[in-house]
Amino acid sequence: MASTETTAKDSGDLDGLEAGLDALETVQTSRTPFHRTLTRKVLPPIVAVLLVLGIWQLLVSTGVADDPTKLPAPADVWGELRESWLQGTLHEYIWTSVSRGLLGFLLALAIGTPLGLLVSRVRFVRAAIGPILSGLQSLPSVAWVPPAVIWLGLNDRMMFAVILLGAVPSIANGLVSGVDQVPPLFLRAGRTLGATGLKGTWHIVMPAALPGYLAGLKQGWAFSWRSLMAAEIIASSPDLGVGLGQLLENGRNTSSMSMVFFAILLILVVGIAIDLLIFSPLERWVLRSRGLLARS
Amino acid sequence: MATALAKAADTDVSVEHAARIDHVSKSFAGPAGQQLVLDDISLDVAPGEFVTLLGASGCGKSTLLNLVAGLDRPSAGGITTDGRPALMFQEHALFPWLTAGKNIELALKLRGVPKAERRERAEELLELVRLKGAYGKRVHELSGGMRQRVAMARALAQDSKLLLMDEPFAALDAITRDVLHDELTRIWRETQVSVLFVTHNVREAVRLAQRVVLLSSRPGRVAREWTVGIPQPRRIEDAEVAELSREITEELRGEIRRHGQH
Repeated sequence: MASTETTAKDSGDLDGLEAGLDALETVQTSRTPFHRTLTRKVLPPIVAVLLVLGIWQLLVSTGVADDPTKLPAPADVWGELRESWLQGTLHEYIWTSVSRGLLGFLLALAIGTPLGLLVSRVRFVRAAIGPILSGLQSLPSVAWVPPAVIWLGLNDRMMFAVILLGAVPSIANGLVSGVDQVPPLFLRAGRTLGATGLKGTWHIVMPAALPGYLAGLKQGWAFSWRSLMAAEIIASSPDLGVGLGQLLENGRNTSSMSMVFFAILLILVVGIAIDLLIFSPLERWVLRSRGLLARS
Repeated sequence: MATALAKAADTDVSVEHAARIDHVSKSFAGPAGQQLVLDDISLDVAPGEFVTLLGASGCGKSTLLNLVAGLDRPSAGGITTDGRPALMFQEHALFPWLTAGKNIELALKLRGVPKAERRERAEELLELVRLKGAYGKRVHELSGGMRQRVAMARALAQDSKLLLMDEPFAALDAITRDVLHDELTRIWRETQVSVLFVTHNVREAVRLAQRVVLLSSRPGRVAREWTVGIPQPRRIEDAEVAELSREITEELRGEIRRHGQH
């Protein structure tokens, strides 16, 4: 009887001791206040952009660059933007390219994901096509435009083919390196829990490889967008509708440097916007939920 | 408690062993040909028994544990276990993409527990390791000791008859380790699971086990065994624990010295 009493007392002591240890060792975190985010993250890029605009304006107004067919004034490019906004063509340019880009990217995702999984998990497939896949990444996808035009003609299918050839290797390779970096401990732990074969792939390998996979998706999007712009600039046809690449090419053909600049800026802004709105939040969320992102 | 122990002793007659290691040898291909790591090891763990495997580095204790866990095959001999054993590592090995509770639920799911029961069972297991509010916590939000307790709950979720532990507290600070020793003793007595616990810490071995098995190094052989009769709850600083530890340490040092002689 005496022994059960000591056990009960002992257990009460242990409870308190443990609670104290847990409290002492748990890290306290707090959210960064809004004004600090503003001054540390939002303000610097705005300052940088304003600085570039200022230098640009200075170059034009001091007459250092006095040929508007070489360097248009910021105001002229702003005029292009205003005009296309008023005519309602702005969203058409953007939507033509963005819808193509995103659709192509989704296709690349649907092909690149199983391909990457196959390469990372099946030894023979890796030996057979692994090197080719990483080699393809260094091949600029512009190189695919001429054969794609010859094989498929001047149409949307050609555009998608070029996007796929640019983005699929990035996505597949991202997944492969993500899988390669899964700590062996997770695989062993998974196996002792009974996660082998497909179950292991689904419950352990895929979630563990997610950060590498997301990095691959991010790069895949960048490659999709670049390939698409190359395709639009090189292969223009009235049937294709005016996307951002076409807009740039039209500007060149009509010797309108302000239109060329306008198109370049739009391509840049759309590329950045998609990254900021979709991929960055996704990546940050995944890293943060795993404690891999230090709060700043 | 007394009746539970009596019951365990009764079943001891019919159910033979939680694990039976029968003349097991293991060799690996090394730079100098086949290298023998484990040499003819025989060891039984009775149901509900707590056994520690003690040895210096190179005695192959982790190799032996991997063999029992089924992660590797012996070169000779056989191992039988009562169902698939659960395994706990030195690192917590919790999955960082899941919360503490979901880590436990994954183990339940892979064992085939229906979805409706998983949440409740996970909460129960968290309560068993005294982490009642930790269900929704991410792994990185927990301290080292809390992580090892969640890992223990996850291992227990497998509902195995045998729990294998590979130096699970070696990376913890002394105070936390001490607390977790008490915790493990309590859980072992509550669940009556058999434990095979690997360590190189003599006092830890004596503090926890009913039986201490000393392995010699290169190749690993069973050098000697001690039955620990000191009643639980023990403390690591108890005089009896210290005394037996001294005896075992002497033996262990003798084993290590033999390697310096040639």
